Amino acid sequence: MDFNLTEDRRMLADTLNRFLADQYPVEHRNKVAYDAPFHDPAKWEQLAELGALFALAPEAAGGFGGTGFDISVVFEAMGRTLNPEPVLAALLASRLLSAADEDQEALLSGATKYAVGFTEIDAPYELDQIAAQAAAKGDGYTLSGRKSTVYGGHVADVILVAAQLNGKLALFEVKATDANITGYAMMEGGGAAEVLLDDTPARLLLADATAALQDAIDAGIVALCAEAVGAMDVTHAITVDYLKQRKQFGVPIGKFQVLQHRAVDMLTEIEQARSITIKAAAELGGNEASRYASMAKNMIGRAARLIAEEAIQMHGGIAMTWEYPVSHYAKRLVMIDPQLGDTDYHLSRIMAQLDAA
Amino acid sequence: MDLSYSAEDIAFRDEVRSFLADNMPKHISDTVRSGGDLTKAMMEEWHAILNSRGWLATIWPVEFGGPGWSPVQKHIFEEECCRAYAPRILPFGLSMLGPVLQKFGTKEQQDHYLPRILDGTDWWCQGYSEPGAGSDLANLKTRAVRDGDEWVINGQKTWTTLGQHADWIFCLCRTNPEAKAQEGISFILVDMKTPGIELRPIKLIEGGHEVNEVFFTDVRVPYGNLVGQENKGWTIAKYLLTHERTGIAGVGFSMQALEEVKALARKVRRNGKPLIQDPLFAARVAQAEIDLEAMKITNLRMLFKAQQQGAPGPETSILKIKGTVIHQELKDLARRALGPAAAPFPGHVTDGNLMFGPADSAHNAAQYFNYRKTSIYGGSNEIQRNILTKTMLEL
Repeated sequence: MDFNLTEDRRMLADTLNRFLADQYPVEHRNKVAYDAPFHDPAKWEQLAELGALFALAPEAAGGFGGTGFDISVVFEAMGRTLNPEPVLAALLASRLLSAADEDQEALLSGATKYAVGFTEIDAPYELDQIAAQAAAKGDGYTLSGRKSTVYGGHVADVILVAAQLNGKLALFEVKATDANITGYAMMEGGGAAEVLLDDTPARLLLADATAALQDAIDAGIVALCAEAVGAMDVTHAITVDYLKQRKQFGVPIGKFQVLQHRAVDMLTEIEQARSITIKAAAELGGNEASRYASMAKNMIGRAARLIAEEAIQMHGGIAMTWEYPVSHYAKRLVMIDPQLGDTDYHLSRIMAQLDAA
Repeated sequence: MDLSYSAEDIAFRDEVRSFLADNMPKHISDTVRSGGDLTKAMMEEWHAILNSRGWLATIWPVEFGGPGWSPVQKHIFEEECCRAYAPRILPFGLSMLGPVLQKFGTKEQQDHYLPRILDGTDWWCQGYSEPGAGSDLANLKTRAVRDGDEWVINGQKTWTTLGQHADWIFCLCRTNPEAKAQEGISFILVDMKTPGIELRPIKLIEGGHEVNEVFFTDVRVPYGNLVGQENKGWTIAKYLLTHERTGIAGVGFSMQALEEVKALARKVRRNGKPLIQDPLFAARVAQAEIDLEAMKITNLRMLFKAQQQGAPGPETSILKIKGTVIHQELKDLARRALGPAAAPFPGHVTDGNLMFGPADSAHNAAQYFNYRKTSIYGGSNEIQRNILTKTMLEL
């Protein structure tokens, strides 16, 4: 048993943490996260040069990582500085391109930006409710439907779209220039898009894509959970520091036992969240990957809300301001919940397995 | 024991309901319903409508132009206003300064300021909190020094709600730094146009501008702007904070929020069915509804007691704590119901055809974050617990 990161992953973590902290100081982060294109294109290239995307894919696909722990190292670093770059979109697409045995050098080098469209308004989390339709046309296919909250879709060159074909969920590649795309900033910064497809030309990648999509979602959940752990660590550290600095009634407010205990409860929940994230990362790619991804996402949903709300409450008004970083950490922590299935959705998946033999 | 309203109360409720149905401007209620930003003009328009009916200063005694309502009637009025998606009546002039002037002001001050609050001539804001004086308000440092027949004020106030619209600010200032913290404070009225005042906006977590910092540099106001006695401002501050607590539970707003959550959950689909049929989500809504039903009665019990005793007791802190938590939970449920559709930053998806989720839900996530303030302001829920510990438990 060894809970230490390997030497390679520790070096990657150090490199990314240093780069992201240096290159995205909070004011710069907030500016690029909310001003179109809702990330920093120049720094995206540098991030890719550091290998942040190559770390997401296995060697067989041209990367140097691709395991749950490689993914969690990258995203925990992203979470610590609330990084708005569309790396989640790249991860989801990379898993799908691997499943389809497609070349992904352009993705991993950062040269071509990908996004994945599976979420729909009436199917926010459920693959089996996807309504977008594919039709054969000439040698190829066309797609019709609407994909909603496509993370990174606002800057993507290529969108991988899940749609129904012959009674199966299939995966297609769509050029962004062929689709009707409306980008927007998200509540916590960073971008997403609505993607309208209307007889849009598409190339078939996988005729039966359910398993590949589920794997991409499982990997994305490991990423989001690790990102949340990074963001929770920083949020908690800022909060504890504030308890030591802020004086009211003549003493640092950290002297009040009621606040001490609540700060300890936050710590406890973060450690539990870290543990279930490690478990989900360890299981990624295996038979029980989805089960542990669901457990992790449920626990992260609960813990992240607690950390966000308690950090604000224990600070008081200052954490309600745009200027103070905790407000942005709180937004990201809460808004991770509806990405790739929320607390209740994943709880229901675990509930459905309770009575299994 | 009888939990029903009296016949008079029911007649009153019907009268309020029909007045609101006839007079609530649609562009204003639509803005409230969608959670959008009310403009200054909208708030002034609504105040003027209520004032023309004599229903603006709901808590003022009749001799100052109030309607003379009982606590239960005030509660009914607030509940009906929420039901009609009316804006909140701005508290600064009407609930805060008005009662203070009525109890502590001179006849001259009452005659000058009170009519101007009613007719909207003066928009007031509150100068209480400072960067170092939030929960510990008595630690305030803004200094007022007497110079002949003037006060000279230096210092900084913060969290000044809607100060950007204000004509006047009422301030707690330190006038005797030698005295014990609570004993050297005075309550002074300041014209916001006075030279030396600088207002800086504070951008909030969800991007909105509703609070400000106010800086005072050698601001000179007449000595006569003092309300009550010099160095007795703390008495006024406490009176102001405890005087009007009938609306503190926000029951009407939570009822509004509950209906919104249910409406959303009927429209939104999960697993091919309306979300309201999802047992996990339904359980959350049902629990919030149970909490709110209990809160309605807790609120009425305390109103009844206030009506009998003539003043609300310290147990109203229970209303603040539980009332804010219930409302926050309902705002969380609205955000949850939307799922990924809660993602867009307000104002970014302006094309009505591209709005996703129900079209009137665009501000739900922003509201969830904005309403984290309610358990912080007006005496944080931790301070309310301290009050209950001392007064009810005597610990």
